[in-house]
Amino acid sequence: MNFGGIARKSMIIPALLAAALGFVALPQVGLAQDPAPPVAEVAPAVVPPAPLDATPADAAAEAGAPVEAAAPAFDHYGPEMIKGQPTFAEDDLIGSMTFQKQYTADGNYALWMHDAILMPVITVISLFVLGLLLWVVVRFNRRRNTVPSKTSHNTLIEVVWTVVPVLILVVIAVPSITLLARQYESPPEDALTIKATGYQWYWGYTYPDNGGFEVIANMMPEEEAIAGGFPTHLETDNRMVVPVGVPIRLQTTGADVIHSFGIPSLWFKIDAVPGRINERMLTITEPGIYYGQCMELCGARHGYMPISIEARPQAEFDAWVRSRGGQTHAEVEAEAAAAAAPAPVEAAPAAADVEPAATETAAAVPAA
Amino acid sequence: MATTADHFQAHGEEHHHHDADHKPAFFARWFMSTNHKDIGTLYLIFAIIAGIIGGGISGLMRAELAAPGLQYLGMMVNFMGGDGNSFDQQGHMWNVLITAHGLIMVFFMVMPAMIGGFGNWFVPLMIGAPDMAFPRMNNISFWLTVAGFCSLLFSLFVPGGIGNGAGVGWTVYAPLSTTGSVGPAVDFAIFSLHLAGAGSILGATNFITTIFNMRAPGMTLHKMPLFVWSMLVTAFLLLLALPVLAAAITMLITDRNFGTTFFDAAGGGDPVLYQHLFWFFGHPEVYIMILPGFGMISQIVATFSRKPVFGYLGMAYAMVAIGVVGFIVWAHHMYTTGLDVNTKMYFTAATMVIAVPTGIKIFSWIATMWGGSIEFKSPMVWAMGFIFLFTVGGVTGVVLANGGVDDNLHDTYYVVAHFHYVLSLGAVTSMFAGWYYWFPKMSGRWHSELLSHIHFWVFFTGVNVIFFPMHFLGLQGMARRYPDYTPAFAYWNEIASWGYLIMAFSVLIFFANIIYAFTLGKKAAGNYWGEGATTLEWSLSSPPPFHQFETLPVIEDHHSHDDHISPRPAPRPANA
Repeated sequence: MNFGGIARKSMIIPALLAAALGFVALPQVGLAQDPAPPVAEVAPAVVPPAPLDATPADAAAEAGAPVEAAAPAFDHYGPEMIKGQPTFAEDDLIGSMTFQKQYTADGNYALWMHDAILMPVITVISLFVLGLLLWVVVRFNRRRNTVPSKTSHNTLIEVVWTVVPVLILVVIAVPSITLLARQYESPPEDALTIKATGYQWYWGYTYPDNGGFEVIANMMPEEEAIAGGFPTHLETDNRMVVPVGVPIRLQTTGADVIHSFGIPSLWFKIDAVPGRINERMLTITEPGIYYGQCMELCGARHGYMPISIEARPQAEFDAWVRSRGGQTHAEVEAEAAAAAAPAPVEAAPAAADVEPAATETAAAVPAA
Repeated sequence: MATTADHFQAHGEEHHHHDADHKPAFFARWFMSTNHKDIGTLYLIFAIIAGIIGGGISGLMRAELAAPGLQYLGMMVNFMGGDGNSFDQQGHMWNVLITAHGLIMVFFMVMPAMIGGFGNWFVPLMIGAPDMAFPRMNNISFWLTVAGFCSLLFSLFVPGGIGNGAGVGWTVYAPLSTTGSVGPAVDFAIFSLHLAGAGSILGATNFITTIFNMRAPGMTLHKMPLFVWSMLVTAFLLLLALPVLAAAITMLITDRNFGTTFFDAAGGGDPVLYQHLFWFFGHPEVYIMILPGFGMISQIVATFSRKPVFGYLGMAYAMVAIGVVGFIVWAHHMYTTGLDVNTKMYFTAATMVIAVPTGIKIFSWIATMWGGSIEFKSPMVWAMGFIFLFTVGGVTGVVLANGGVDDNLHDTYYVVAHFHYVLSLGAVTSMFAGWYYWFPKMSGRWHSELLSHIHFWVFFTGVNVIFFPMHFLGLQGMARRYPDYTPAFAYWNEIASWGYLIMAFSVLIFFANIIYAFTLGKKAAGNYWGEGATTLEWSLSSPPPFHQFETLPVIEDHHSHDDHISPRPAPRPANA
């Protein structure tokens, strides 16, 4: 029985009909899902993303002015303090062809590894292969070498071109593993903690060690950036201010989809994943402004949620914290000590004085 | 003695006079094919069409990126029926473009051309088989791929976020692709991968069965041409990796539509799980895309050097090693997700290991040419271009392999430069090399060698101008998948966009060459490359008969892996 032939003959018409029906049904299937609800643009209680140009897309986007905490105003750095930004090729062609200048210890180490080890190795290998190919063209073309050799094996060279790459890779691996070990050093226990949360489409920087306030950072509108002398697409209305020269425990998480917190001049990139807190240590060596961007596709405005970090000396950082309605580390410690203090006073053996004035002696240091 | 395969009665009694060149009528021949050569042709035509669409999309992308600011996205949104004034619809449109570009080029251009096109055409010919093991399943693989492409194109016209289409990247990460994309577009994009993936899995079983069981008598595995080896390894990679992709994207579908929370932490799931599953497929996928290219380059270099490939066993087993190690390096795509230190160190080391077998191949090709008598016909020029460009792409891969260094390069244009060097300048170059090597064999007509050479140089210039500056942009920190950028990145972006125009012009030369071949091209002989072409396809006419090797060829003792057609040398006289 030739089933194939029978099938071919008798099934063509029904098959074509089924295919036609399928095509007709396809749009119905495709559109059977409920129409998309209006997209919720922003988190409710905080500043909506600033409109960038033309018509705002949704009702949620409004002409939002950057919101400053109603507290003592803080003097942020101006454009002269920008250190972490890409280089215009027109200003410095070679500078525009390599990594940004680095402002962390690990970043400098990684930069050294790339410039001193990786780049020479890959350049030499590429030029070597190119050179061999050009030599082959010149030496072994048909006019110059009419009879081809029959060599198809040479154990020595096969060993060499296996072992030598392995050695090169070992040479690369040593600083590479060292770099990873350095990058994974845990911050000291008393390091300042900052949590960066990626939202669609802005960043929120929470300072749990300073009272838990959150700074919302939207991309600065283009006209405002130009007027202020800042690079467009990189500056934000509120910056993530951090203390310079001290280890920071930087944590990231995502509020909705995966974002990524990446600062090229600090050799720092860690994904902001919903349901997960990632943590890395960051120590910035110099005061200044360092720009970064969201580095994981996160929707329509993925390209418009930059990061702007302002590294200030500790005292200025503390002033900024206060201007945000937060508390400095010292103030937080003092408050914690105050909350804990009454108990030891009551436990002290009854002194000569039995007046119930314990609370006033909170500041008094119990006798050692 | 030669072994004669019995003539297998595969047709009904009505086909009495079945000679080797009797072809079915048009509809049966092209829509119900069971002929590996015709199916290969269908795949190649399909890949060219998909390549035009995918390449056209990248042209739209380079047009938008040529200068800072948004210039064309609004027009594109309007064209597709949206509101071009909406900033978010423009942003979404950008994401749709980059997603479509990636999915089309990977699943509907490179894979169909290399595996479905050249693989189907030449694996049976090279092993001396009359067809693939499962000729009808071969056809369904093709039509599943077409259906997948249709599903993807359909997704562009249904809601998928702030506008139509799926804007999730070819990687389709959750939760952007689950809760972050409302509307059926992502479902249709995922479904397109199901269909294409099914076609590829079936194709892989077809190739494995064919290569293991249908080699001509005397052709041991160690006498197989290297192109067949490359297809064998590729088929195993497909077979083992694609089911994991299928699982991952099915889990996306259920998360999106059936209330599961595989990738939603609120329900106990984990977005990073998706990435592990995707990249467990995704890394072998990139080797799937390059291994057939390696095979073609081996054939071409040997033919035009008139020398067998240097170190045949090393070449064959290097491909096996690349395939095997390719399965245990996937998390180098995830270095910034928050892996623990030991994991990151392991994947750094394992990824660097792949450089060793790959280097062996590069050096072996050069050693093949060394001492050869080389004629620089256009396939050879393309092949040499491949060797250099793939090396450049490969070494930037070594840079990225270092997890600590990758921290500052992940999701930047450095990665885009790296994979376009190994893909556009690697895989695509090898495909053009194979095209010019085999086009007269497939069509029976000569293309213009002059136009092929011009095509190469214009293409070479164009793609280098597009992608080399992207290394600089990535080092400076320019992010991927951005429709716009800070003005400091404008200089190199403008240059890259000019490069696109050069490359686009080269594509016109390619089409002109095809038109030339079918109008003015001379007829091609059976072996039009001469004594260097010694695999079995060169023993057939150009084009081969509709059915070939109904009597199987015999591979004799004097035949080697690269020579299956030389006659037995005359016996030497008894005394020296």
